[in-house]
Amino acid sequence: MTALSALFVRDARIAIRIGGGAMMGVLFFLAVVTLVPFALGPDLALLRRIGPAILWLGALLSSLLALDRLFANDHEDGSLDLILMARPPLELVVVTKALAHWVTTGLPLVVASPILGLFLNLEPAALSATVLTLLVGTPALTFIGVIGAALATALRRGGLLLPVLVLPLTIPVLIFGVGATNAASVGPMPFETPFTILCALTLMSGVIGPFAAAATLRYGME
Amino acid sequence: MKLSGLDLTCIRGGRRVFSRVSFSVSAGKALVLTGPNGAGKSSLLRIIAGLIHPAEGRLALEGGNPELSVGEQAHYVGHLDPLKPALTVTENLTFWARFLNGKTDAGATTLIERGLDAVGLADLAQLPAGYLSAGQRRRLSLARVLTVPRPIWLLDEPTTALDTASQHRLQRVMQDHLSGGGLVVAATHGPLEFAEADQLRLGKSLSEREGLGAARDVDAVDPVP
Repeated sequence: MTALSALFVRDARIAIRIGGGAMMGVLFFLAVVTLVPFALGPDLALLRRIGPAILWLGALLSSLLALDRLFANDHEDGSLDLILMARPPLELVVVTKALAHWVTTGLPLVVASPILGLFLNLEPAALSATVLTLLVGTPALTFIGVIGAALATALRRGGLLLPVLVLPLTIPVLIFGVGATNAASVGPMPFETPFTILCALTLMSGVIGPFAAAATLRYGME
Repeated sequence: MKLSGLDLTCIRGGRRVFSRVSFSVSAGKALVLTGPNGAGKSSLLRIIAGLIHPAEGRLALEGGNPELSVGEQAHYVGHLDPLKPALTVTENLTFWARFLNGKTDAGATTLIERGLDAVGLADLAQLPAGYLSAGQRRRLSLARVLTVPRPIWLLDEPTTALDTASQHRLQRVMQDHLSGGGLVVAATHGPLEFAEADQLRLGKSLSEREGLGAARDVDAVDPVP
């Protein structure tokens, strides 16, 4: 456990230090959300209706922003070799790195979302539903993203490969995340139905993502 | 403890790097890998570390911990220094010590200080690793090897970027490791002197190479994925 907690602390520390990716996601989120009212014009009713979708889209794009460096940095400086050789199972290493990434980039998005929701004229009910669905849904985005991050590292291709691979896989999360938020604010569906499916998606990706990413790294790094 | 490889063949990117290489090295001894560039010195070290699977042949370790793989009982010092520029010298070393050891020792802090002292980086302990020179980075990598005790050392050109004083210090440290019952496999072009060392020369000798001409080590091999 010490080995994995050391890895968590190191990854979190690097993300928070100057040059790390932690604040970039929030700033990108802010930029995307503030652009929307300029594009749509001052129609408060329209903004309120599509607000949750905008917040979810912004969070989705921001959470993928720094993800392609998750293993690439460790690969470039040789750390990944030592991690692959080490005792902790690679699957748990991936979970640890994903959690550190989520805490430093996903969690700030969740915290920022109610403030950005105010820009979009969201009601308190929709606002709290958005925060709750983002809190539950963003880990799924990270766990799906690690598969892409591992592939991008194994194929030695950075940049756009990750979003191209990962965005299609995140569609279910987006559908049920926005669906649950809309159900809470406008109905007529009960909130629990899409929300529990969203929880299930997070749990599933939490299992499949690390195994797929670890397999990719194991066979791709030779 | 005895580490041996039998008939190891390595194929990289469809090219046969070396075939049917056998070696054996026992505790207290060093194996020095020599050979021209591209002869497969690094590949052989990576095979021993478990980072590459050999196309043929096998690797055996007698007398080690049977529950652990060779890689888990070995230190691998490759061409790259696994350091994070944003973290300080101490933070980098502490991370590897904790990650490779898997447990927190009560005296971990003193161990880290001693490791930094041994490579002459104690004065720079609080400096971010991004500001280190190439030689200092290499010394910090070697501090990792000194801080976490492991019986097998796999060193790929360990003297690269080191100044003469540091090279001598490394030599002494390796000799201590050997006399403590450890085992060193080192790839090198430069002079590394050991009291007891075997040499394994990889790649074809110059005369063979001239005789074979252009077709020297590119055998017809199916590309591997």
